[in-house]
Amino acid sequence: MSLLSARKLCAYYGATRVLHGLDFDIVEGGVTTFLGANGAGKTSTLRALSGMIATTGEITFAGQSVAGRSTEDRARLGIAHVPEGRGTFSRMTIEENLALGAMARRDHAGIAADIERVYGYFPRLRERARQQAGTMSGGEQQMLAIGRALMMRPKLMLLDEPSFGLAPLLVDEVYAILRKLKEDEGVSMLLVEQNAAAALALADQAYLIETGEIVMSGRAQEIGRDENIRRAYLGY
Amino acid sequence: MELLVSQIIAGLSTGGIYACMALAIVMIYQAIDHLNFAQGEMAMFSTFIAWQLIQWGAPYWLAFFLTIAISFVAGVAIERIVFKPLKNAPVLSHIVVFIALFAILNSGAGFIWDYQIKSFPTPFGSAPLLGNLISSHDAGMVSVTIILLLLLFVFFRYTRVGLAMRATAANPESARLVGIKVGWMIALGWGMAAAIGAVAGMMIAPVVFLEPNMMLSILLYGFAGAVVGGLTSPFGAVIGGFAVGVIENLAGTFVPGVGRELKLTIALALIVAVLTFRPSGLFGRVIVTRV
Repeated sequence: MSLLSARKLCAYYGATRVLHGLDFDIVEGGVTTFLGANGAGKTSTLRALSGMIATTGEITFAGQSVAGRSTEDRARLGIAHVPEGRGTFSRMTIEENLALGAMARRDHAGIAADIERVYGYFPRLRERARQQAGTMSGGEQQMLAIGRALMMRPKLMLLDEPSFGLAPLLVDEVYAILRKLKEDEGVSMLLVEQNAAAALALADQAYLIETGEIVMSGRAQEIGRDENIRRAYLGY
Repeated sequence: MELLVSQIIAGLSTGGIYACMALAIVMIYQAIDHLNFAQGEMAMFSTFIAWQLIQWGAPYWLAFFLTIAISFVAGVAIERIVFKPLKNAPVLSHIVVFIALFAILNSGAGFIWDYQIKSFPTPFGSAPLLGNLISSHDAGMVSVTIILLLLLFVFFRYTRVGLAMRATAANPESARLVGIKVGWMIALGWGMAAAIGAVAGMMIAPVVFLEPNMMLSILLYGFAGAVVGGLTSPFGAVIGGFAVGVIENLAGTFVPGVGRELKLTIALALIVAVLTFRPSGLFGRVIVTRV
């Protein structure tokens, strides 16, 4: 049973169609990755799933149809989108950023416990709890964005290039934490990446996307092993 | 010296009103990125409602709080009915609607309550305080504005909804992604701006008297305050409002040739000066857009 499935998903910026009828499924508890070059439609896919751009086609999430529902409704249903550029509330403190993640929740004890949990994964955020979020480095802001998404207690996390603009060491650090989230907590993720090696090492399922169409899909391990695919689509 | 102190205090008390108007302007500016030209007329209309309630026999403070509640609901309604459908419309559509709102409220008030100047009661009396330094109404007006500003500070700083509203103003897209109902936050901003304007109107009405055009110059000072402080900073707007009040009073008294008649010009000169030398205002942040 898949957590999210998209059928004939098209997306538009104004009159321009950027996704041309995607069909895909995201398994519960697993990590699915979308790989592709710049401009292939990876970010648009995520934006389509959280209702930030106009779409046609079916999107079923946790058993109900969400196409046509607002972005905030989908967030409240359990889709946590860590957007391109990290979406930091840069003039607010780290603490406030995390509190904003829990905005749709009412269980005060649970929220406090989750803040601790996030600080457990990202000790550096605790050190800077009262600092303005915009003053942190890119890697720290990426951690904050993931932490903010965790505060939503999501059923599914949409991650838009978590490695973007980070030094290699930090990329490893971020991916180590994503792996921990996957293994310890079974958080379902849809991961969009240009850094194919990092994404394939973490993912269970992979889709290759090119100019708004899915050109190949399969188990992440197999795709990572296939020399021809790597040369043709992943460039490493 | 005594003249200087008394002018500064008088400036602070009217400055409080400008601060309220500036804050109302900034709140709506942060929510929809446009200046609400009708802010003053909304406040004027609210003041007329208070006057009407008092005419019908309501005690002052009942009328005061009832007017705040009515203005809040009306502000929310204006956003839901008029501005929500315009969400993605070009700037010009917004400006046209602001002007329409301005004209409707202004002539509506004139039609219902006529243009005759009316006196508006003050609950603070008008006895001189502190050896004639300040009148009791001015003192009451400053107290009310300071209490209002403190309440707003606590609301924005320490409550969930306040945090959600700040998040909406700072980054609406991210706010949606964490499940904040951005549309309602904007409506709430309009409601609060209308309520703040109502307080400003009811406090200044005993000084400038009640008539449909009473808020024109007040709004201009409010704009000046908002621009001086920076349109992106509610705190700056409040400081700017107080500063404009003091500068206006001091210039009117001490700069030869300014007098009462040219006071309003000061507000415009301030706007031009700030926009020339520090376009983001004293406390505003410079918005850099990557292209």
